Amino acid sequence: MILVWLIVIPLAAGVLAWVVGRGDSVWPRWTALAAMVLEFVLAVWLWVDSASGALATTKLPWLLHARYEWIPELGIGFSLAMDGLSLVLVVLSAFLGIVSVVCSWSEIEEQVGFFHFNLLATVAGIIGVFLATDLILFYFFWEIMLVPMYLLIRIWGHENRAYAAIKFFLFTQAGALAMLVAILALYFLHGQQTGTYTFDYFQLIGTTLNPAASMLIMLGFFAAFAVKLPAVPFHTWLPDAHTEAPTAGSVILAGLLLKTGGYGLIRFILPLFPGSAAAFANAGMALGVVGIIYGAILAFAQTDLKRLVAYTSISHLGFVLLGVFSFNGMALQGAVIQMVCHGISTGALFVLVGLLQERIHTRDLDQMGGLWSTVPRMGGMALVFALASLGLPGFGNFIGEFLVLMGTFHTNHWMAAVAAGGLVLACVYALWMMLRGFFGAATQERNISDLSAREMLVMAVMAAAIFWLGVFPQPTIDVTVPALDGVRKVARLAGEESRTPDVAKFQQLKTGLGRTTKPMQGPGENR
Amino acid sequence: MIDLLWLIPALPFAGFLVLILAGSRLPRIVVAVLGAGSVGFSAVVACLIGIEFISSPLVKTSFTRTVWTWMSFEGFSPSTSFCLDSLSLLMVLVVTVVGFLIHLYSVEFMADDDAYHRYFAYMNLFVTAMLVLVLADNLMLLYLGWEGVGLCSYLLIGFWYKDPVNARAAMKAFVMTRIGDTGMIVGLFLLYNSLGTLEIHELMVRAVRDWPVGSVMATVAAALLLCGALGKSAQLPLQTWLPDAMAGPTPVSALIHAATMVTAGVYLIARTHELFALAPAVQAAVAVIGVATLLVAGFSALAQQDLKRVLAYSTISQIGYMFLALGVGAWSAAMFHFAIHAFFKSLLFLGAGAIIMSTHHEQNMFRLGGLRTQLPVTFWTFLAGAASLAALPLITSGFYSKDAILWYAWSSEKGSVWLWLGGVAGALLTSIYTFRMVFLIFFGEARTKVYKRPGTAMLVPLIVLAVLSMVAGFIELPHTLGDVRLFSGYLGAVLPPVPIPPGQASLEGILGIVAAAVSVVGICLAYLLFLKVPQIADRAASTLAGRALHRLWLEGCGFDWLYQRLLVFPFVTIARINRSDFIDFFYQLAAFLAEGLHQGLSATQTGRTRHYAVGIGVGALIIIGMAVWL
Amino acid sequence: MASVPMEHGLLLAGILFGLGFLGVLVRRNIVFMLMCVEIMLNAAALAFVAAGSRWAQPDGQVMFIFILTVAAAEVAVGLALVLQFYRGFRTVDMDAADRMRG
Repeated sequence: MILVWLIVIPLAAGVLAWVVGRGDSVWPRWTALAAMVLEFVLAVWLWVDSASGALATTKLPWLLHARYEWIPELGIGFSLAMDGLSLVLVVLSAFLGIVSVVCSWSEIEEQVGFFHFNLLATVAGIIGVFLATDLILFYFFWEIMLVPMYLLIRIWGHENRAYAAIKFFLFTQAGALAMLVAILALYFLHGQQTGTYTFDYFQLIGTTLNPAASMLIMLGFFAAFAVKLPAVPFHTWLPDAHTEAPTAGSVILAGLLLKTGGYGLIRFILPLFPGSAAAFANAGMALGVVGIIYGAILAFAQTDLKRLVAYTSISHLGFVLLGVFSFNGMALQGAVIQMVCHGISTGALFVLVGLLQERIHTRDLDQMGGLWSTVPRMGGMALVFALASLGLPGFGNFIGEFLVLMGTFHTNHWMAAVAAGGLVLACVYALWMMLRGFFGAATQERNISDLSAREMLVMAVMAAAIFWLGVFPQPTIDVTVPALDGVRKVARLAGEESRTPDVAKFQQLKTGLGRTTKPMQGPGENR
Repeated sequence: MIDLLWLIPALPFAGFLVLILAGSRLPRIVVAVLGAGSVGFSAVVACLIGIEFISSPLVKTSFTRTVWTWMSFEGFSPSTSFCLDSLSLLMVLVVTVVGFLIHLYSVEFMADDDAYHRYFAYMNLFVTAMLVLVLADNLMLLYLGWEGVGLCSYLLIGFWYKDPVNARAAMKAFVMTRIGDTGMIVGLFLLYNSLGTLEIHELMVRAVRDWPVGSVMATVAAALLLCGALGKSAQLPLQTWLPDAMAGPTPVSALIHAATMVTAGVYLIARTHELFALAPAVQAAVAVIGVATLLVAGFSALAQQDLKRVLAYSTISQIGYMFLALGVGAWSAAMFHFAIHAFFKSLLFLGAGAIIMSTHHEQNMFRLGGLRTQLPVTFWTFLAGAASLAALPLITSGFYSKDAILWYAWSSEKGSVWLWLGGVAGALLTSIYTFRMVFLIFFGEARTKVYKRPGTAMLVPLIVLAVLSMVAGFIELPHTLGDVRLFSGYLGAVLPPVPIPPGQASLEGILGIVAAAVSVVGICLAYLLFLKVPQIADRAASTLAGRALHRLWLEGCGFDWLYQRLLVFPFVTIARINRSDFIDFFYQLAAFLAEGLHQGLSATQTGRTRHYAVGIGVGALIIIGMAVWL
Repeated sequence: MASVPMEHGLLLAGILFGLGFLGVLVRRNIVFMLMCVEIMLNAAALAFVAAGSRWAQPDGQVMFIFILTVAAAEVAVGLALVLQFYRGFRTVDMDAADRMRG
């Protein structure tokens, strides 16, 4: 039941914010903030509870289940489940939800109620994506998060918002359609084999597919996730959407929406199609490496600060792609940490850009310069997150990148070595950003205020979070290890299978992933 | 006491936290006490721990204390552990003691700066990171310190950020060292992947066990670690950032870009010397790079006009000597030169700082002069440092440390005459450019006014360091001069002695005399060329070849020029051209085609009922026709 | 009674329909267009009658009456539209109403 609450709270609060927001602009903010804080507390409580309870004792990946009938005729159920991976991402969602509400406090002044409805609906959709274990439900939430996000960009965006919003919608929608076709194909193939037509993740996981079908279906899923992630040839919606979105939109986009792509890779592609994923591994890793390098070069070339930050996302999420497809436990763990840390560090950079734009009404680096002397606290914070972004040890991003590269090195030396070049390029764009924006002599006399207490609080909490992840990553690792264990075993075997087929053992383990994770006793809550 | 090892890096870190969080609200005196005091306290703790460590049997092995486990899964468990052995203790003592002296000096030097607290916060963070680097018991933690010092170097070079030149120099330093670091981190991956641990001691044991001498893996691993060392220690071909790094405040140059951080590469190689011994090709490369660097930097130093740039090139050159020593397997000689160099080079930088402050930021040596009488203490201490740098025989520490390196460069199994010749040529250059500097600044006619004189807080560190750079060398004397082996004996537990082939020992005295003679000749030449008859130097410099050489040396032998054209320009150009992302072009093309199609089809929608009626009619005719004839 | 052959009736209906259709195409006056539509309707009705007579079935005449009603209703609605059109555009030129142009 608590899983349903996790989705209902933001959604209900969103509706409430819309209702109270008619003609009033203060109450929606407080409603949204209260809901997100409640959500966060709930998620953290789940974490603490599971870290001391279920996780420590059973070592089973799945912590919570909730299953209700939805459309039983078609085998569609409203089923949610949470493991360590979804737990961490839900906590991140709630955290960034709070951040995005707070950072829109003075930025959004029109249709405040509707804005917060959209914001919270997006968050609800994202949390739904992280929890859904029915493929139709997953697809449903995948679409749910898209529409309010579109509206956020379309209504409250900057100059070129219509173009960016439609581009964002078209790209993600095209990917999602490919995924829908793949889901249906999987559904029918599984139905033909077993006689039960179901969209249930745990049952579909045991489907045996012939390699060609498996590869095609996997590519369908991959299309959706690669667009969201974004992997390089499908990335061009991202800079536009990020640049034009309001600050909260950028934070949610970069911090959470992109994570659904990485989450999908780990949750669906590896367990459902390990063989095809292994066959696709080199291409996947190559896409990751290209993303790392190409994103970094493009980031360096930008003159629009927000666009620069947007391109760094492409570079950072290349590490996630690389980590997932390197079929190595360490790299997979690194990819998860990288997702969390990127959410925080890039989210913080977007907040900073938003605050800066609120003050100087431009995002053009050519018109900045020397800002440190005017707004030293802002400069300091920008420096902290620029350093986190370039992967300085001591910040969480370093742990993520280090583990990904170390794991990848085990699989493929050259990929890891080339990807490591991305560390140099990251350094180039991050420091270039600082140099152009904050150092040097002030180009013009500006009468602007430094970070206020509210803004400083947000920044400090985010800085503390990224620092905590860099120095004490163990709690995050502990909570995700059991969740990744199953994936990892299947994936590793699939990697070996592609060389020496041991189909029987592999199939046993693969169905085992569904079985051990399914201690279900009918509908309702199973705790 | 030794259990409090974690306190050594923790104290400056606490100082950093307080200063960065609350520093702007604290009075300057509190900032100074916190900044210098935390490092001073850390130095005291380090000394106490050092005394306890040396007098205990632990000195033959090592002492490790885990503070917390960084992360742990799948058998990969780097922890935040500090490991004390004789090598790291040496580094800790140098870092904290020299660090404290420089902090003390900065209290006065930076007194007028607006961002006083920021300065001390960065400096404290630097000391923390450096201590983590030298105390780390695994390579991942070492990498944390390694990047940490790089960060502080960046922050402090760009400390006066309002001048974009400084900010650019800072960025250059960070990016160039990062290039080396990336090689190093790939080396870490390689080591973990093949040997299954990053814990340094265990790593070395396994490397020796698993890899034969000269094996490919050992060679590649050592070469990758060497990349990191080259970047951080400003050796060829990654040396060009260091001269620009002089943009930072002078005490920063003394601490980071002379005494401690830039020698991290030397420390890394000494720390993993077993691995380098397994890769003779890489070790030979270390020696060759060392010699090449010391010559290139020595020539460049000869032509500089800026006082600090001379010292910067001189630092590069002296680290080249350390690399030479490492390359021929004289590990403890390298560390000995490191310690002595830390004393005299920080002394020289601090002296330069005193001069710069006294003359209102005059760094051009040709506009200084005759300061001997006006700044007597600075002069005498500077002279002590310069003598040590020029390796003035018998009375200076620098002589003993450099003589040892030259001797091993000749006599060690891995040494050769050529390496020795390069080293001796470098020694000649060193004494020429050093005393060129001394004569130009302190002798001759006064060309600038002295506005204010350094106070106690600046003079005390100068004097202490001057004494150290004179006497510290006497703990290690060659066979021919008393044969004291305190230093190498102390480091013997970690760093093995150099095997000397029989029949060479008799040469030691002769080579020592040659080295001493070269040093003295160099000083005399400098006296002749730059003080007595400067016309000779001027005339030589005014010929065509002279001008070209001068230009080449002034530009640091053209490396910057080359990199600018070979790397920076193409990268920036490609990035600029592709600013709007050519991949988007394909999507734009798709959008354009759809747009065209739309235009074409919408042209048929005239909005006129009659046109639609035509459509209906034609359609009906076609259908009827199909029904009839098909 | 010598009946008119069905083909003649159908030919007449076809010609009438063609004329009506041509009228719809070439006339711009909306009133004339409406009238042409009426002609087309009647042509269709005539075809029904001719066919009904050929097979001696009442259905043809039933359909004729049905079409008659439809035509009446159509004229009522059509004329109302024409009036509204004239009010809106101050003209009876149908080509003036091309606001739905692509």
